Amino acid sequence: MRKLFQQLILGGFCLAIGAGTAFAENMVIKGSTTVLPVAQAALEAYMKANPGAKISLSGGGSGEGIKALIDGSTDIANSSREIKSAEVELAKSKGVQPKEIAVAIDAIVPIVNPKNRVKELTIDQLSQIYQGKIKNWKEVGGDDLQIVVISRDSSSGTFEAWGEMVLNKAKVTPKAQMQASNGAIVQAISKNRYAIGYIGFGYINKTVKPLTVNGVAASAKTALSKEFPVSRHLYMYTNGAPKGETAKFIKFILSSEGQKLVAKEGFVPLPADKKGKK
Amino acid sequence: MNGKTFESSMRSRYFKQRLFFGAVRLSALVITLALLGILAYILDNGFRAVTWEFITQPPTDSMTKGGIMPAIVGTLYLTVGAILVALPLGVVSAIFLTEYAKQGALTRIIRIGVNCLAGVPSVVFGLFGLGFFVVFLKFGSSILAGALTLGILILPTIIGAAEEALKAVPQTFREASLALGVSKWNTIFRIVLPSALPGILTGAILGVGRAAGETAPIMFTAAAFFTAVLPKSIFDEVMALPYHIYVLATAGTHIEETRPLQYGTVLVLIALVLGIDLIAIIMRSMFRRNKRW
Amino acid sequence: MKTRKNILTKRTEEIAIRNLFGFFAFLSVLLLGLILVFLFREGLPLFKQISVADFLFGTAWYPTYDPPEYGIWPLIVGSLVVTFFACLIAVPLGFLSAVYIAEIAPAGIKEILKSVIELLAGLPSVVLGFFGMVIVGPWLQETFDLPTGLNIANAAVMLAIMAIPTISSLSEDALYAVPREFKEASYALGATRYETIIRVVVPAALSGISTAVILGMARAIGETMVVLMVAGGAAAVPGGIFDAVRPMTASIAAEMGEAPFRSGHYHALFATGIVLFVITLAFNLIADTISNRFRETGSGTL
Repeated sequence: MRKLFQQLILGGFCLAIGAGTAFAENMVIKGSTTVLPVAQAALEAYMKANPGAKISLSGGGSGEGIKALIDGSTDIANSSREIKSAEVELAKSKGVQPKEIAVAIDAIVPIVNPKNRVKELTIDQLSQIYQGKIKNWKEVGGDDLQIVVISRDSSSGTFEAWGEMVLNKAKVTPKAQMQASNGAIVQAISKNRYAIGYIGFGYINKTVKPLTVNGVAASAKTALSKEFPVSRHLYMYTNGAPKGETAKFIKFILSSEGQKLVAKEGFVPLPADKKGKK
Repeated sequence: MNGKTFESSMRSRYFKQRLFFGAVRLSALVITLALLGILAYILDNGFRAVTWEFITQPPTDSMTKGGIMPAIVGTLYLTVGAILVALPLGVVSAIFLTEYAKQGALTRIIRIGVNCLAGVPSVVFGLFGLGFFVVFLKFGSSILAGALTLGILILPTIIGAAEEALKAVPQTFREASLALGVSKWNTIFRIVLPSALPGILTGAILGVGRAAGETAPIMFTAAAFFTAVLPKSIFDEVMALPYHIYVLATAGTHIEETRPLQYGTVLVLIALVLGIDLIAIIMRSMFRRNKRW
Repeated sequence: MKTRKNILTKRTEEIAIRNLFGFFAFLSVLLLGLILVFLFREGLPLFKQISVADFLFGTAWYPTYDPPEYGIWPLIVGSLVVTFFACLIAVPLGFLSAVYIAEIAPAGIKEILKSVIELLAGLPSVVLGFFGMVIVGPWLQETFDLPTGLNIANAAVMLAIMAIPTISSLSEDALYAVPREFKEASYALGATRYETIIRVVVPAALSGISTAVILGMARAIGETMVVLMVAGGAAAVPGGIFDAVRPMTASIAAEMGEAPFRSGHYHALFATGIVLFVITLAFNLIADTISNRFRETGSGTL
């Protein structure tokens, strides 16, 4: 009896402490793995300038971030796609007003293993490959090898953007292998000479080979001018206009220092006239 | 007489035996090699990463440098919370099942319930934790929700171990106490329980080991990719060792570069869990050897 | 008079404690029920959009498209196939090692092997998933020149490692429970150790061994992190052992974070959870029934 009683008191004590400090401000950021490196770099720089801030960051995909915003479990939702109208409706029905803030520009680049001979593909070829209609590399100018299609999980904004801009909303073949992040796709492609995948521009490194799309190579310039066909904005969504710590953080990302971090992570900073507006 | 002599039939029977015993020894060898192989690989690739700095510093530079201290702390908080939930509940349930319950429908239902709870997949616990603790009770993604979910997960383990420990206490202890006029509850509390305590403790330690290594239940109830500071309240999200391994290896931003850190984290987690399990195993054999009634 | 009052209050105290403890013990059942309630509460609304048959046997899992498709047959097949092959590896290894420990091994080796198996059981699933992803996967890919190393074979091996301790320790318990008289009688009749084991001990322990196997299967089918990291993620019915699959557990874990609360996708995931729960529940209940029904391996002596 005594033991039980003691444990109850201890538990209640902990809860009391916990409840008290729960009201300390704590900023939560969740969402896109494409935006994640930008958010993390910005977070680390922000923490150096503001040592008291309590911020927690998670990935999971744009869909997760937006869902968390709708459910009220995050302050900022990172997203590599625009919020869907169905999501906006769902948000409004729960009293959440999503506010869209563009923070960077990105290109989605198809990549293959460096041993693959193919250097360029058209949007139509990409679409057919991802639908499973083109199955062998020799059909697009490569060796006689089966094409292994690697895609992102449906929670990914990159996946959604790819689906819209390349596949025109057609269904990805069910045989596609799903990876959880840009980083995972890079890893998979670098080890697999049969595979094709797509990643955010900032994730390209020496272990994979980017392809040109419709003859255009992805670069900061072509992404900005939209010459590269698969380019998009990266967003942060908040509930209503950002306030307090959230506002300070977003302001930091949009500042020239923040945008330098954007460029450092391999993305395209916003052009000076378009910052923050949408 | 039949064609086979006694000697030749004995030979073939012993031959079959040797084959079978060979297969049996082989399987034991394969299993041992599997364990050693896994441990060796991880040790070999990870021990370079595990420095004092690794254990005490938070990650920096997009996780490519620094350490995993917040994940260690987070795992600590989650497992302590889980045990705080499961131990009292589990011990009380075990006491009821062994000391008080009559052989009836109620007992059978409870036992079936405990067994089924033990069989629930960890991801279903995660779903439940998400739906119930995070959303319905509005705890949000937090240490509280994670610890509660993990607590329910290890509850059957604790109940099982506590029951075994209680059953191992000789009936003569109880009979002597009752014969002296001590009430049933006092008998349990002052005689049976202290004798069973080592066994219960062993079970608790094994439960802690299990809770420390689980990922799916905390993915949506408590874990974050990166927290800038250590959690200050039970409503905060935390980093956790198993989740850290998962995100670094699949969802991180620099998967290849952080590979040594992944191995290091795996090594720390294995050291923690296997260390805990070894302590429990040793404790258990010590107590078995000392019991001499 | 004081004694009588003391006895009475002691009695009420005893009854109160008994009922209180009984309530807490019943909590496990309540929790199980609560889990069921939640699963059903969040999962059943799916069936306003789609029939049960279409859900279970539909072959297209496209939950985020417009209009969404919620057929989980490929996921179910994925779970079953991976479990099947895992058991193909785990049952012989688990059973034979249990025989070794229970009947054949000398005392020192027995203790070591038991510890090995217990340590194996303690390995967290994410560690095995990591190992499978980072070491077994590339090895498979290079050795067999495969399009991918993350497939059924990889998952089967890692899942087997998780199931072996369960099968082994439960089988070992069952073998131990066989009364010595059985073995002694067999030896007295001139049987070799092998013949005794195969024809007397194992059949006597058969119910316990089958319980062990069934629980091992339940463990494999309910495992999440290993298959999430290692089975490949393709939501298609596999054609061969080196194809990628997407078991139900992996699908739930991968998609849970992104399904907005109470959306169709959310309900579909909980419905998948119901299917998973029912399957593992069935396995556990079968195992329970077998172990209860055949517990009378008694012994008779003169």
